[in-house]
Amino acid sequence: MTASRIFTLGDRAIVCESDPPATLDCQSRVWQVARIAQAWPHVIDVVPGMNNVTLVFDPLTADADALAARLRAAWDKAEPSAAAGRLVEIPVRYGGEFGPDLDAVAQHTGLSAHEVVERHAGGDYIVFFLGFQPGFCYIGGLDASLYTPRRAAPRLEVPAGSVGIGGEQTGIYPAAAPGGWQLIGRTDTVLFDPLKQPPTALQPGDRVRFSIAGVAQ
Amino acid sequence: MIDVIRAGVLTSVQDLGRNGHRQLGVTAGGAMDTLALSVANRLVGNAPSAAGLEITFGPVSLRFTQATRIALTGADFNATLDDLPIYAWRSIPVEAGQQLTLRAPQLGMRAYFAVTGGIDVAPMLGSRSTDLGAGFGGLAGRALKDGDRLPVNAVAGAAVRGAAWAPGAPPFGVKPPWWCGLAHAGPTSPHRAGPPALEVRVLPGPQYASFSRPSRELFWNDDWTITPHSNRMGYRLSGPGLARERPVDLLSHAVLPGTIQVPPNGQPIILMGDAQTTGGYPKIGSVISADLWQLAQARLNSRLRFVECSLADARTALNQLSQYLRHIELALTLQNERSKAAA
Repeated sequence: MTASRIFTLGDRAIVCESDPPATLDCQSRVWQVARIAQAWPHVIDVVPGMNNVTLVFDPLTADADALAARLRAAWDKAEPSAAAGRLVEIPVRYGGEFGPDLDAVAQHTGLSAHEVVERHAGGDYIVFFLGFQPGFCYIGGLDASLYTPRRAAPRLEVPAGSVGIGGEQTGIYPAAAPGGWQLIGRTDTVLFDPLKQPPTALQPGDRVRFSIAGVAQ
Repeated sequence: MIDVIRAGVLTSVQDLGRNGHRQLGVTAGGAMDTLALSVANRLVGNAPSAAGLEITFGPVSLRFTQATRIALTGADFNATLDDLPIYAWRSIPVEAGQQLTLRAPQLGMRAYFAVTGGIDVAPMLGSRSTDLGAGFGGLAGRALKDGDRLPVNAVAGAAVRGAAWAPGAPPFGVKPPWWCGLAHAGPTSPHRAGPPALEVRVLPGPQYASFSRPSRELFWNDDWTITPHSNRMGYRLSGPGLARERPVDLLSHAVLPGTIQVPPNGQPIILMGDAQTTGGYPKIGSVISADLWQLAQARLNSRLRFVECSLADARTALNQLSQYLRHIELALTLQNERSKAAA
């Protein structure tokens, strides 16, 4: 186990963090601690990050030192284990108008567009944490042969549901937003719906498989 | 109902924010100046957490379809009810058909409007706040437009007890927080003209020590200007560039309103109410919770000065805010007794 430390973030949050590199073992520790800490008194929010977890608390009622001690104990007790999240399938229509950068990714990686699709849909992925916008997942597990730098000029608007590759990551835009990732496809799966409980299709720790709903030529 | 005659540029339904969903990327949002919204709500008999309006640019005009009670707090937008001036930080009865107009503030940045019962939009994920970035909550997930109609919670309004809020009870007011020693302006900078910089208290952040010594000194000792590229997500500052001595790769972790991040260009960004939930830039410090309301009222192009403080100072400052709110509760109790005696 790598060294870990707890530090304060302003006057109403504490962070427990392990040194880089990020590992799946450490991340499963993060998910376990996050699950437990949600029920602790005075805790308002529990936010998993990359190799870390943050507790946001009520600064008027919480004893920050006692919370830190409790966090430390929970962190040390957590068992690195295989992810226990659900398996969620995301059907993707690859290429064409849905994936305008599929050819650029193929060109960069030296693969055919077909191979890019096969490898992307063949991967086992895991949701490390969420951030950036509601339902946006930081997903690990992209095949190294698909790593492609972001676009030199970001798009002003990426359509909701777009599936892209940005460097060593793959991900899905839950809502239309400006973005620089290489877009290879699009899904109809709604990633964020504030009227649903839970409101996001994916949670930290979930396993993800992209399935081929179609490939445009 | 309240008819929105003129919506202004950025008027939105806000309450005290949306907690418990940060792990899904959902920001807390809510009123930037939660102190002002809490007081506005109490002035009309609501719980502090009822939904009101946050008004950033006038002119804004609202017409009431029924008699009720309203309050404006935060920055004073030179408001009128029909043609008569009304002052901020007061509880004011209105008649059906009357029209409230807010113009522009001489000082401060944001006004808060509360109405007895609160704005009755559907709560989403535990809050009525508008998440302008993600487009949900509030009224249709967006800022108000001319011609909108705002529902008012009549059930909650009817449940408001107290002679001070009874029909026909006279207006009354409370002291704004800056009359109670809760705001700080620093000494006027010797080499700059204009009003003194606003002082906000800051706790050093997790990467504070990784900044060079000259950068750390500049952070505390120089003035920072709030650039016009600032909004509810964050305040982009301009000033001397800050450089790190030992740049190490950082893994993203949670960020909060008040977190001060320094991107590679060396110009800090203070994250505000609508900021994203996680961030990977180095964090040089955090504005303490008790000073966020002052930051919410800081104007574009105005100047800030960061003052180092301790966790104990931050707690004391929060207790002072709680004490101010307790004094307001006392004033409301007295006003209720006074109105009861007069009735």
